[in-house]
Amino acid sequence: MADLRINLAGIKSPNPFWLASAPPTNSGYQVQRAFEAGWGGAVWKTLGDPILNVSSRFAAVSFNGQRVAGFNNIELITDRPLEVNLKEIYETKKRFPDHAIIASLMVEPKQEKWHEIVKRVEDTGVDGLELNFGCPHGMAERGMGSASGQVPELVERQTYWVKEAAKTPVIVKLTPNITDITSTAEAAVKGGADAVSMINTINSLAGVDIDTWNTIPHVGGKGAHGGYCGPAVKPIALHMVGECARNPRIPIPISGIGGISNWQNAVEFMLMGATGVQVCTAAMHHGFRIVEDMIEGLNNYLDDKGISSVMDIVGKSVPKYSDWGNLDLNYNITARINQDVCIECNKCYIACEDTSHQCIDRLVDSNGVSFLKVREEDCVGCNLCSIVCPVDGAIDMVEVPNDLPPMTWNERQAALGLLNGTAEKVVKS
Amino acid sequence: MKINHTNIDLNFQEIHPGLSQNEALEEANRCLYCYDAPCIKACPTGIDIPSFIKKIASGNLKGSAKTIMTANPMGASCSRVCPTEELCEGACVLNHTAKPIMIGNLQRYATDWAIKNEVDFFEPGTQNGKRVAIVGGGPAGLSAARELARLGYKADIFEAEEKAGGLNTFGIVPFRLPMAISDWEIEQVEKLGVTIHTKTRIGKDLSADELVNSYDAVILAIGMAHVPDLGIEGENLKGVYDAIEFVRDTKTKPLSHQFFGKKAVVIGAGNTAIDAATSSVRLGAGNVKILYRRTSEEMTAYAFEYEFAKQDGVEFRFLTAPSRIIGDEQGRVIGIECIKMELGEPAEDGRRRPVPIQGSEFILEADMVIKANGQARFVGLIEQFNLHHDDGVVKVDSASYQTSNEKVFACGDVIFGKGQGEAMVVSAAQQGKESAHAVHRSLAPFFAETV
Ligand SMILES: Cc1cc2nc3c(=O)[nH]c(=O)nc-3n(C[C@H](O)[C@H](O)[C@H](O)COP(=O)(O)OP(=O)(O)OC[C@H]3O[C@@H](n4cnc5c(N)ncnc54)[C@H](O)[C@@H]3O)c2cc1C
Ligand SMILES: Cc1cc2nc3c(=O)[nH]c(=O)nc-3n(C[C@H](O)[C@H](O)[C@H](O)COP(=O)(O)O)c2cc1C
Ligand code: SF4
Repeated sequence: MADLRINLAGIKSPNPFWLASAPPTNSGYQVQRAFEAGWGGAVWKTLGDPILNVSSRFAAVSFNGQRVAGFNNIELITDRPLEVNLKEIYETKKRFPDHAIIASLMVEPKQEKWHEIVKRVEDTGVDGLELNFGCPHGMAERGMGSASGQVPELVERQTYWVKEAAKTPVIVKLTPNITDITSTAEAAVKGGADAVSMINTINSLAGVDIDTWNTIPHVGGKGAHGGYCGPAVKPIALHMVGECARNPRIPIPISGIGGISNWQNAVEFMLMGATGVQVCTAAMHHGFRIVEDMIEGLNNYLDDKGISSVMDIVGKSVPKYSDWGNLDLNYNITARINQDVCIECNKCYIACEDTSHQCIDRLVDSNGVSFLKVREEDCVGCNLCSIVCPVDGAIDMVEVPNDLPPMTWNERQAALGLLNGTAEKVVKS
Repeated sequence: MKINHTNIDLNFQEIHPGLSQNEALEEANRCLYCYDAPCIKACPTGIDIPSFIKKIASGNLKGSAKTIMTANPMGASCSRVCPTEELCEGACVLNHTAKPIMIGNLQRYATDWAIKNEVDFFEPGTQNGKRVAIVGGGPAGLSAARELARLGYKADIFEAEEKAGGLNTFGIVPFRLPMAISDWEIEQVEKLGVTIHTKTRIGKDLSADELVNSYDAVILAIGMAHVPDLGIEGENLKGVYDAIEFVRDTKTKPLSHQFFGKKAVVIGAGNTAIDAATSSVRLGAGNVKILYRRTSEEMTAYAFEYEFAKQDGVEFRFLTAPSRIIGDEQGRVIGIECIKMELGEPAEDGRRRPVPIQGSEFILEADMVIKANGQARFVGLIEQFNLHHDDGVVKVDSASYQTSNEKVFACGDVIFGKGQGEAMVVSAAQQGKESAHAVHRSLAPFFAETV
């Protein structure tokens, strides 16, 4: 049994699985049910001045019959009175002292507002604070959420104000609706943040009803953009986590969020630098019980690998993640079709023929049996054929060894520069 | 079924290859992961099916197999022999909208993984000093032993045969349930410190009283006995077989070519008849007929078994009863005389009683006759234990599995019958678990305070 406990900037929890600030963490009743089911922590639904919500709030994107591939919402922060939430946080913390409860906060960008809420919330005994600079809809129109989260100076200043008052660790939750997330992550660091979490939801419009011409969802015939999350956003979130993790100017822990649905996804985020993960959509799709497999699957994974503590995998893939200019231009792979496994759907053929490098041949052997074969000398190793192949093991991407030493673009340019430099000298002299 | 006549061993290999990883993942992802799912309630052992399927989807195969085996100590064999369309798969909500999830096949996928990767799931409980004797090491006895071991009891199984597993080991045909699967399940139980005393027939090698006196409790899980006599002329002719013995030979002896081209007649229409008939087909018999005195409606074989036998080319003669087996001068079977039946008034078990149609006798040619008309009971041993019974069906309290002797509990096929329960591996497993818990409830008060 591996040790699944984590310590994220001083916040301890029995396992790395937290519920993200969202409807699943709306009330004490829910968070307590979640802890009973096994969740290690919960970031309470964002607290602030109570708001009004609209009815018809969510929409989901099905992809080829797979429900909730992506999820879209136009819900705002908590619509329950602050005192009620604070009382329930207090009660929940008392019942589950070893579980992590983090209060998510969002107020107007004013120092006294932040000071006031931090003080009131910390009195309940929370383990930490998360600043919601990410909500991309509604609140942003009022200058909060992602409206402040997109401006590095505002992130820094507000984080600073919170840190002036806070006694518990402060996590800054970042919006992905920005060109370069490291700029706001760095701003959070400068403001004194103890950790960053990412991502909040991505600006989205889930769909348009082609019969009524209404947006999806719509509120009485009118729609507004929402925030996108769920499995579809995982690669975007993973990239942002990786960019922050490998940036030396962001030396603080990361709480990974975005499309995490099972233990394997969680392992990916942790390998890419997250100290723990937060989950929203998967819990909304299936209920709190999914955490049982997350815990067991993670534990079995660590046991199989002989790793005694989950903290030991944090960031292990970060050194393997770099810039394009550092990739080896002389590394070469090629597609190889295993004729005995191939079912001849010809999908690889048409993909390569129409949209890649025309290097799969449709051949017929001496017995008149047709088969597919890659002309390896023309294959660029793009992976497309193996991506569209529906059968495991039918197409392998294999390394083609060569005698050339590794050479990256950056090294090549540097070498060329040297050469050119010498050439110039020759001309000059 | 395409019979291989040169290498009959090939005919006895497991029919279904099992799901590929692709198939398993696709199917697992199709599961809706219902909350409070009806399939769980339809499984006699209450396996948390959505959870084990979700774990296949997430790649947590070890966890998946553990979920299965926790609820069902016979989880690997059940994945192959359960009548799933009447149990879990029959309850799947997708029956209403699409096709039910292949729960049995997914269960096999996860347990096959565990067998292949040699994982063990359970640990014995802390020894509580109490000893329980289990008579019979079939699915019921093994399941009881496993639960007792986990609860800290010293469980001793006494098994008459040279190997435990009961009908899983010797009775169910190898092309549906290879012996290796049963072996693995036995091993899982032994690894918890359960001792299996094989070749020890209670009532002969040790008496009932000896067990009752030297153990804190006894669980009787002896199943049922051989196929009973038909009570007709010619039963002792050469070429007349007991179906269970017949199948057993295919699992324990080198397969022989002696049945090539033979005309086989199987009498009865339960699991055993189907297994004997399909085995005969695989041994190369030229023609295989099943005689049943009622109709396909009353057959106790499952729909999938009936279908399977038909696919194998087995002919069914319903409303037909044997009246005499005919032999030649050497005492070998050459035919069987039958009589046509019709269904009369319902009997006490609710099934309509078959009545012979006078003068409808006819003769079928046959080289071999396999009796599969049910199983007799171990009445002698049951009486040695001095237990109340109804024609060999041991009477138990339905909640506590306690027999008329409060120290003796009974489960599995030995309590099946007289309208009670079903003779299935999965119900034997569940009853084994439950009787272990019942033993625990009855003994725990005596050691709880001293621990
Ligand atoms: C041919 C056949 C096919 C079947 N097919 C299926 C199927 O497809 N699906 C399904 O669910 N069920 C099937 N069944 C039914 C299923 O096998 C039984 O319901 C199940 O095995 C009952 O388990 P048990 O432990 O009660 O009894 P058994 O499996 O009969 O085990 C009893 C054990 O007790 C031992 N024993 C008996 N007397 C003594 C003694 N005096 N001392 C010591 N040991 C003793 C026996 O040797 C045996 O090992 C089939 C049965 C048969 C006969
Ligand atoms: C309906 C809904 C409401 C949300 N409300 C909040 C919120 O109040 N505060 C917040 O920080 N994030 C909120 N989020 C964003 C989530 O916390 C999370 O960052 C995002 O959903 C990505 O994770 P996921 O892919 O696991 O869902 C909300 C998300 C959803 C779907
Ligand atoms: S889940 Fe359905 S019932 Fe529950 S609040 Fe939403 S719309 Fe209403």
